[in-house]
Amino acid sequence: MNKVSKSPWLLHYDASSCNGCDIEVLDCLTPKYDIERFGIINTGDPFQADILLITGGVNSQTESVVKQLYSQMPDPKVVVAVGICACTGGVFKECYNIKGGIDTVIPVDVYVPGCAARPESIIDGVVRALKVLDEKQAAMKKDGR
Amino acid sequence: MKPVIFVLAYLILAPFVGALLDGIDRIVSARMQRRKGPSLMQPFYDLGKLFSKEMIAVNNVQLLLNLSYLVILMIAGSMLFAGADLLMVLFILSTADMFLIMAASSDSSPFANMGASREMLQMMAYEPLTLLVAVGFYLTTGSFQVSDFLTRDYSAVIWMPGLLFGFMFTTAIKFRKSPFDLSTSHHAHQEMVKGITTEMSGTTLAIMNIAEYYEMILLLGIFFLFFVNSTWWSWIVAFVVCALIFFMETLWDNVSARVKWKTLLYSCWVVTLVAGGVNILILMLIK
Repeated sequence: MNKVSKSPWLLHYDASSCNGCDIEVLDCLTPKYDIERFGIINTGDPFQADILLITGGVNSQTESVVKQLYSQMPDPKVVVAVGICACTGGVFKECYNIKGGIDTVIPVDVYVPGCAARPESIIDGVVRALKVLDEKQAAMKKDGR
Repeated sequence: MKPVIFVLAYLILAPFVGALLDGIDRIVSARMQRRKGPSLMQPFYDLGKLFSKEMIAVNNVQLLLNLSYLVILMIAGSMLFAGADLLMVLFILSTADMFLIMAASSDSSPFANMGASREMLQMMAYEPLTLLVAVGFYLTTGSFQVSDFLTRDYSAVIWMPGLLFGFMFTTAIKFRKSPFDLSTSHHAHQEMVKGITTEMSGTTLAIMNIAEYYEMILLLGIFFLFFVNSTWWSWIVAFVVCALIFFMETLWDNVSARVKWKTLLYSCWVVTLVAGGVNILILMLIK
């Protein structure tokens, strides 16, 4: 009954994205894709979120924000990197002001490549993240937390 | 014996019925937007998840204040369902809301504090009409006792249609519906998402949600009183009308955009003055 994957609340953060992936993320909420049918709510609050969905590579300005958002989320939690910039840094990888993908700062569970990532693949990535979420919850229970 | 059964039924069933209504509301909203929407049991899944999450408390007092919000709402609802004084029920209802405001302002987040001040503003908007409703019931039935309303051979709504309209208008605030959802808007594209719950998570948030379900049933109970009288079929009519009112609140939620706080205050007070005030005036002259 209280499986966390039945009601995953999602927090979306734009680390340095060009807004291409962000628009595709918002597309998932529209009638055509409707991610609310999985019980997913796009919440604006890290305290209440289970999935941290990040677009864009990390730079020195957003590094602290990403770390803080991640630390404010209660366990169990998963991180989904959406778009090739969030996965590896993409075309900006070698830039002097880019640190690289999200995994240079916080652990990433699911990578969704693409430029921009399509809504279908974002939904696919989030649904895969749900499985990871359940595993993490089970591991938490085992530890007796 | 009867009041005891009613109170027990309220205390046990209200969160379940409230969560079911919330599930229905979310599906109906989704269908209005041509979406499929979540499953009917989604609010139960949400509550189950919130209770299972790791406990993050920003301070020691917030959980206690949220629990007070829940318990005082339960007391207010129990009094209504026990057939006690309607005026007292409404006063206790406002007291409960004060605890929510205190819970939100107990932490340092500017978003939570803004949410709390907006919640107070919303109280200012709906409180006058809520009191007029109690006065209207007194003028119509000659008593503040809820149990007395049920024994009259006419429905209160015949004498107080203006107050019913006003109450429907202002309960959009209490039901957390747009255009008046200044402190608790769900929508991610608005500037302050659920301000009042910003620092609440896991168990604390779940307790607040359960309290909201108790409040929802309490409000529907007051709507029920508008239509019920001594005949048995009036109970069925009242149930149907309550369902209809709930549907209309959902519809209004979906067809209106959020207003600014000044519009909220002015529109609620104008409706209170025109619909409520004129209704009370006529009641005082005729009855």
